[in-house]
Amino acid sequence: MPNPALRVLTDFRQWGTTLPVWSGRLCKEYWPLAAENIRAQGGRLLALWGEERRAEESGYLIHAAFLAETGIIHMEMIVDPAAAVCPGLAAIFPAALRMERTLYDLLGVRTTGTNDTRPWLRHAVWPADQFPLRADFRTENLGTAGDGDYAFVPAASLDTHEIPVGPIHAGIIEPGHFRFQVLGEEILRLEERFGYAHKGVERLFQGLDVAAGARLAGRISGDSTVAYAWSYAQAMEQIANAQVPERTQWLRALCLERERMANHLGDLGAIGNDAGLAFTLTQFQALKEDLLRENQRYFGHRYLMDRVLPGGVAFDLTAVAIAALHSAGQALKTAVGRLQEILAEHGGLRDRVVQLGVISPERAAHLGLMGVAGRASGQAWDLRVQFPHTPYDQLQVRMATATEGDVAARMAVRFLEISESLRLQEEILQKLPDGNVYHPLDLRDAAGEGVGWVEGWRGEIFFWLRMEQGNIRQCRPQDPSWVLWPALEEAVLRDIVADFPLINKSFNLSYSGHDL
Amino acid sequence: MYRILREVLRLGKVGEKPPRTERDPASASPSSFRHSLSVRHVDAGSCNGCELELNALSGPHYGLEQAGFRFTASPRHADVLTVSGPVTRHMVAALQDCHNAMPEPRRIIAIGDCACCGGVFRGSYAVMDGVAAVLPVDLQIPGCPPDPDALLRGLLQVSGERMEG
Repeated sequence: MPNPALRVLTDFRQWGTTLPVWSGRLCKEYWPLAAENIRAQGGRLLALWGEERRAEESGYLIHAAFLAETGIIHMEMIVDPAAAVCPGLAAIFPAALRMERTLYDLLGVRTTGTNDTRPWLRHAVWPADQFPLRADFRTENLGTAGDGDYAFVPAASLDTHEIPVGPIHAGIIEPGHFRFQVLGEEILRLEERFGYAHKGVERLFQGLDVAAGARLAGRISGDSTVAYAWSYAQAMEQIANAQVPERTQWLRALCLERERMANHLGDLGAIGNDAGLAFTLTQFQALKEDLLRENQRYFGHRYLMDRVLPGGVAFDLTAVAIAALHSAGQALKTAVGRLQEILAEHGGLRDRVVQLGVISPERAAHLGLMGVAGRASGQAWDLRVQFPHTPYDQLQVRMATATEGDVAARMAVRFLEISESLRLQEEILQKLPDGNVYHPLDLRDAAGEGVGWVEGWRGEIFFWLRMEQGNIRQCRPQDPSWVLWPALEEAVLRDIVADFPLINKSFNLSYSGHDL
Repeated sequence: MYRILREVLRLGKVGEKPPRTERDPASASPSSFRHSLSVRHVDAGSCNGCELELNALSGPHYGLEQAGFRFTASPRHADVLTVSGPVTRHMVAALQDCHNAMPEPRRIIAIGDCACCGGVFRGSYAVMDGVAAVLPVDLQIPGCPPDPDALLRGLLQVSGERMEG
């Protein structure tokens, strides 16, 4: 007899979209079985979230999205509101644990199968019996109390000591807390505590129209604004059942590649600086600034915010702009090549970054890593390669990978991706098809679900949303940082405290995109 | 070493000169701020956009240190507190702690639309709709995000300068 979970998976229906999405509803018993099955076939967990559906379906609806060889598998289950308990997936996909703790914080649905019932995104601001995604959440009497009594895992020995860091860090970066347990200089344990940047984004989306939603989507994580805006637009265009003009897709890809280059340039400079080589910071910052100024001049925004809209893009390139971008790309290629050679030969830098912050390919596979950090540990996932949508299906993207999994490998992947993005930019500028760049969507009475899915510079950005009567009913933007943050806790083990900034920078994960 | 020096020379001086300024007689800023500010930045829940621009401001295109300004890690050394983000409820306590740790005289700058009024996050249960709800703000620099030039002009203003001409 075939495995019952296999049978239910064949009942999944494919969405009528350009993206390969299979979706189905499961009962509680099949929920972990189906997940086990996806895991056994090499799938990864993308996102897990909950939705208030008591008025429509007399329960809470729990969603999970996975990435498998065939595409996205989306499954959902109804949870009885009286008990508000459902089976968990943390034993199958380690990345599910924080998502399930968040599920309780925001919707009040507890998952079984784990002893870790500590809050994740919730601090002490709203009462423990109140849940922001429920319709009856009361917004009066909210406090600003700090989060003093979070139960960090205590040190097991009197010989170790603890170093608390954050939420405010020494540099100009986002807020989060790191708790180190160290023996001398060596890190024995790192525990992360987040939620400081929690802005209530999911609830804020509720009731917004398409345009207001696009503005907010572009500000979930400012460094990935193009990837978020594009995935949001994909989801909206699915719901509207609209085809966007071909030229639009090419211009969107150009924005995405420029966002990737800008962030990689900034990261390479900052990694070198954290290793004591201030020269790299100045050089790469200068290259990045030139790129940002071209963005302002030809696209209309330094970080390309609000450039990608549902239905199209908010700019167009003239022949003059295309020629200017072309020659700027050539200059950047030469400059980056020279710097890459200098960094590769610099003994002092190599001493700091080689064999530092290692995630082995086996651990990376177990943790389900992707994006830059995953590819540096041998996890060959890149949506532009495996599931290319227009124009990537005509560009044959070459995936950058390494297997060492250390800081040096994450730098190497970034260098490779900059040159590949420059090649893609060149091809896009040459082959850019003619046509309109914007075709307004008719979403006045739109209803239904859509998903979006874009390979951002950090990793894949996933967007799910449900429309009702032309407004957003609920949505879930998912940053790759959800899956990648736990890997940082592992990467720093046995390294010294002074190397933490360097390791952290080599991941450069999002706090805002994670804290929602 | 030779190749590093060659790149340093190749890059040379980039960017424009910082805006020309003169002492603003109407400014209430202490004279000790003149061309000498230590700045502590706190991200109170921004999307990271303002941080990108603050980091760009420290880059070679902008004369931050030429103007006498620098970012400092400790609030104990800071004359100016810059705050970005709509101030999430979860960051209020930490932000107040940071402010209390600063010596006087001190100034507070709200950076970006979110810090000025909440921006796109205004009205959420999780945010305070701007810095003014928590701390006395001396200067607002709007923008989403404000570009490095706007940030530099804001810092110059707080240090008691005004643009020449």
